[in-house]
Amino acid sequence: MSLRILKPGLLDTIQDRGRFGYAQLGINPSGAMDLVALAVSNLLTGNAAGDAVLEMHFPAPALCFESDTLFALAGADFDARLDGQPVPVHAPVLVAAGGILEFRKPVSGARGYLAVAGRFGLETWLGSYSTHLAAQAGGFRGRALQAGDVLPLRRQADYTNIIQGKNSWVLPWKANVSGLYPSGDTLRFCAGPEYDYLTSESKKRLETARWKVARQSDRMGYRTEGPALTLSEPLELVSAAVVPGTIQLLPNGHFIVLMADSQTTGGYPRIGHIISADLPGLAQMGPWVAFSLTQVDLESAMEEKYRQAQWIRQLGWGSFFNIRKFITSI
Amino acid sequence: MQEEIKPAVLPCRIYPLGDSALSIDWGNRIDEATNRQVLTLWDRLRRARLPGVSDFVPAYSSLTLLFDANELRRRFPTQSPYTKMREMVEHALADPLESSTVLGRQIQIPVCYDPAMAPDLPALAARSGLTAPDIIQLHTAPEYRVFMLGFLPGFPYMGTVDERIAAPRLAQPRQRVPAGSVGIAGVQTGIYPLESPGGWNLIGRTPLLMFDGQHTAPTLLQPGDRVRFYAVSLEQFYQIQSGA
Repeated sequence: MSLRILKPGLLDTIQDRGRFGYAQLGINPSGAMDLVALAVSNLLTGNAAGDAVLEMHFPAPALCFESDTLFALAGADFDARLDGQPVPVHAPVLVAAGGILEFRKPVSGARGYLAVAGRFGLETWLGSYSTHLAAQAGGFRGRALQAGDVLPLRRQADYTNIIQGKNSWVLPWKANVSGLYPSGDTLRFCAGPEYDYLTSESKKRLETARWKVARQSDRMGYRTEGPALTLSEPLELVSAAVVPGTIQLLPNGHFIVLMADSQTTGGYPRIGHIISADLPGLAQMGPWVAFSLTQVDLESAMEEKYRQAQWIRQLGWGSFFNIRKFITSI
Repeated sequence: MQEEIKPAVLPCRIYPLGDSALSIDWGNRIDEATNRQVLTLWDRLRRARLPGVSDFVPAYSSLTLLFDANELRRRFPTQSPYTKMREMVEHALADPLESSTVLGRQIQIPVCYDPAMAPDLPALAARSGLTAPDIIQLHTAPEYRVFMLGFLPGFPYMGTVDERIAAPRLAQPRQRVPAGSVGIAGVQTGIYPLESPGGWNLIGRTPLLMFDGQHTAPTLLQPGDRVRFYAVSLEQFYQIQSGA
């Protein structure tokens, strides 16, 4: 009942929804960059939406299932192969012990998620399974996975009757995620507390220019490239709260968007916040991907977050009944 | 969306920070009276166990609540989650914030100011026209307030330092600041709990663990604590560090 890392990827970490209740100590929540993919991969395997999963970047790892396992991939499509055969994203897959999962090339998205039925047998740190890289705590030994690491699985149903000598079995349903990500490359934001310090040209530019994700972008934040923005007067701010999605204007006129590993506080002007519903879309944009920004009001932002949650709820119910029906039908 | 609230001794503004957070802001300042308001309200709201609130970020002159708008919507389906959150906060602000309830702990922190651990002490001396012993004396004299923690797990923002040793951040931040480094930025003094990049003027290092992931209370300091530094030699530094 375990999963062995044969070859590590660029950055493979265990993540769940994040660690809450410790921000007053400077301990940021961490958690999956793409919370939609976290939920979808889990629900497809019958787990709870917020269970711990493996978050992967490209190059992605090669891993071996050491027991019969039901798993699902979500988020990025890295051209997954199970013993050489293509495996779809957003569908549950049964694999017999010994199956090897590899990823050949980045087809779409920047972060892939692997959930396994029965959950990983790890310890929580401060109430969460998420890996906190800076604190070297949480997840699997507080670090990214390495070759030879063995992730134990907590419990496992008996799939012997279902597998019946096959190596793998892609179950016959898929999650429809079309309504869970932004449809184009436009991300929505709400004005931040220092938005009104932008000059009117800069306000306009924010919504008319094309922005590019810069290479120096990671789980802490996305740097961007595009025309410089200016403030109508200089601002000296004492440190105050920032959250994932906060758009901070740097002294050089470029902005960064804070992501899952963001600090809890910062001192740069907070000109806006990418809405929660669009953060998974941003998390799937790798370096050099271009996007636009458009402003929405707070009520629409909360409405979108709610709509997204409802979609995920529906998907969870559908998945639950499918899995139950499938297992009892055999 | 941003209007003045009357009571609470000092005036404050309430505004959203994206669709999942709300800030109460007493103005952009570093002073003890303001920070006491922040921590008193934090204490009050924490006890109130408001629905949907997952985290608090107390800072110098602002308090931020992180909340789950969907959770609020499930509980109060007829109201906008932000409006509901704001109402609950305004309710808590209706009574004056008497700061006597929040008393920080007193904590003594050893600091080694040996040149080997104080790379920016010479520049600070040159800048201020003071000698290294003067600077050490001025840095160890006051009792500092931990206004907030942020930047890194367990990083305390303390102050305020004597104007004579206040100094702007380095123009070129260091790629690697060792864990335990004690620095000055403006009138603030802080301690790097972990090795990290950083731009504060480093004037010493503490052998104490500011952050310990093995502990259930993982940071040495909390907001509102009162800190006094005392100078130790290089030898004492290593003794303390090794637990002798």
